[in-house]
Amino acid sequence: MTAVLTPSEVEPDRPERPPELGGKKRYADRAFTTVALIAGLSVLAILVLIAYATTKEAWPIFQNDAGEFLFTKRWAPNEGKFGALAFIYGTLVVSVIALVLAVPVSLGIALFMTEVAPPWLKRPVVAVIDLLAVVPSVVFGLWGVLVLAEPIAGFYQDVSDVLSPIPIIGRLFADPVNGRSFFTAGIILAIMIVPIITSLTREVIDTAPVNEKEAAYGLGATRWEMIRGAVMPHSKGGIVGAVTLGLGRAMGETIAVALVIGSAPSVITAHLFAPGYSMPSVIANEFGESTGLWRSALIGLGVVLFVITIVVNLIANAIVRRSIKRSRGL
Amino acid sequence: MTITKRRGAALAGVLALALVGAACGGDNSGGSSSATTGATATSASGGAATTAVSGGGATTTVKVSGTAQGSGSTFQLAFQQEAIDAFQKANGGTTITYGGGGSGKGRTDLKGKTVDFAGSDSPFSDADKPAEPVLYFPVLLGPITISYKLSGVDQLQLSPDTIANIFQRAIKTWDDPAIAADNPGVKLPSTPITVAHRSDGSGTTDNFTKYLVAAAPNTWTLKSGSTIEWPADTQAGAGNQGVAQIITQTEGAVGYIDLSDAVGSKLSYANVKNSAGKYVEPTPDSASAAGDGIKVNPDLTFAAINAPGADAYPITYQTWVIVYATQADAAKGALVKSYLTYLLNDGQELLSDLDYAPLPKSLQEKATAQLAQIKMG
Repeated sequence: MTAVLTPSEVEPDRPERPPELGGKKRYADRAFTTVALIAGLSVLAILVLIAYATTKEAWPIFQNDAGEFLFTKRWAPNEGKFGALAFIYGTLVVSVIALVLAVPVSLGIALFMTEVAPPWLKRPVVAVIDLLAVVPSVVFGLWGVLVLAEPIAGFYQDVSDVLSPIPIIGRLFADPVNGRSFFTAGIILAIMIVPIITSLTREVIDTAPVNEKEAAYGLGATRWEMIRGAVMPHSKGGIVGAVTLGLGRAMGETIAVALVIGSAPSVITAHLFAPGYSMPSVIANEFGESTGLWRSALIGLGVVLFVITIVVNLIANAIVRRSIKRSRGL
Repeated sequence: MTITKRRGAALAGVLALALVGAACGGDNSGGSSSATTGATATSASGGAATTAVSGGGATTTVKVSGTAQGSGSTFQLAFQQEAIDAFQKANGGTTITYGGGGSGKGRTDLKGKTVDFAGSDSPFSDADKPAEPVLYFPVLLGPITISYKLSGVDQLQLSPDTIANIFQRAIKTWDDPAIAADNPGVKLPSTPITVAHRSDGSGTTDNFTKYLVAAAPNTWTLKSGSTIEWPADTQAGAGNQGVAQIITQTEGAVGYIDLSDAVGSKLSYANVKNSAGKYVEPTPDSASAAGDGIKVNPDLTFAAINAPGADAYPITYQTWVIVYATQADAAKGALVKSYLTYLLNDGQELLSDLDYAPLPKSLQEKATAQLAQIKMG
């Protein structure tokens, strides 16, 4: 890190510094370095402390039977059965649905704002997207359960009627029960993560070098060809980063999902229109009444979620690094 | 500006207190004299006032002030809110707070001593008991209704076995012979049944499933608990409101809801067959009747479900305020005791308007007598 450089070592590189302020600056510099170092380390410390405290609280469930907890799906607290697999599955399913719905829309909005929209339209669209980002998640959840859930059940039935004869795909859309399901949770999450992915993607696309864009046009490229050839290779890493942040939010979202996912424990099914459960929502629903091993199991879900989030981030990091390398022709 | 006003009130309170103290001429009992010192110490923050609290017939002058906090059962939340409001009005300078969060949270908070009293629909389990002794004060009873939405059926009767079979999805349509047998002469539609239950861990679920275990032991297979493993083709709603909302939205839906929420959401509810074989409507009166016939343990714990008595509504449950028997902080202890005295006496009159059932006389007397066991440490 740059923290190892002492101010005196840095000095020769900056001869243009006004000499009369030298003493003060050196003091300020040192203070800045210290503050920045503390801030940087505190992030690490907080992360480690969270991991330690939650793992400690969850320890009884891992000690009890880690295999049963991680690899079975039956969750019946009143009978002492704590299997997290169905919740892990549910969390991943709703997150994937959310990404599948949100990513194309977000990219579309971002490209529209940077490449297509006339300047007078740009600002209102940005404002609306930002507004969407600050709506509290519980509002989306309440909207989902009070407004969306009832009419969407009919829509699910229609989709199911059309698609269910098709093999494989048909299974995904078979047997809708009601409006509270994996898919409804996915829709709500998609709406919540669109603003995040959009605004980050927009920033990245905006930094695509103008001369490359001009060059693409100069070679006779259409707008789409220019975007594909000049904007996309430059932005790939940033877009993956934006999607990862969206995914992180989707996996951790609690209340909005708890309200619309249907809260059906122990369910692992390919049916996207079936009610299910996710890790954060089961924690939110059951923590208040839990005691003993049950409480450990719920905190254990938090630990599992933490680990999954870290793994997802590492994978995304690797993708970003590789795509940056490739776009530089290395 | 509120600060100056408060200070004024506090000063007035302290003066009044001094006068009362002088008038009493030092024949204070241990409890109220320690309350006096406590009040003087806390008067700068909370103010002070003198009130007469009637406890068990005898009227003693107890001075209370300061702050007491509670949390727990959402079943008694509406009652706590009303009672706190009335109590604070009658006792200027006191602040009582009650946060919901569920019975489990209340018990955990009390055990961790982050609150002064807990609201809970179930007693501590032996494994979770705090090290120091606690006292259970029943404060109210309430029926759990079997609420439903079924066009053309205004009056429904259900026996325990039928309820068990409906909620574990063995009965799937409203014209099932078992439902018809409970409702002679009623024309039932063939609408499919949608079962609505609580998604959050809940004392209501705990007591409802305990009732099914007790009243339909050979039929009900899902056992009891604040969260149980409901069949996958049921619907879950958050809180009583969430369940009420599913029922309002869905033709053919049925769920278990507190009477106050069922009335608030204008739902229809069934009459349930009690252990005497009579179909009884859930009302505050039939719930109080259930409380009258039950066996109460010496520590005032009991279960009001499936109570004997011809007029008793069988799915009646109870909720307690739990406090430590020895109060470490004398001023706070005096306030908690005074508030409990209010809940068990004048507070009971608030209950009927909120669709809760007041304690039956026998229980109310026992609980009031137990107040004397609260000691200041």
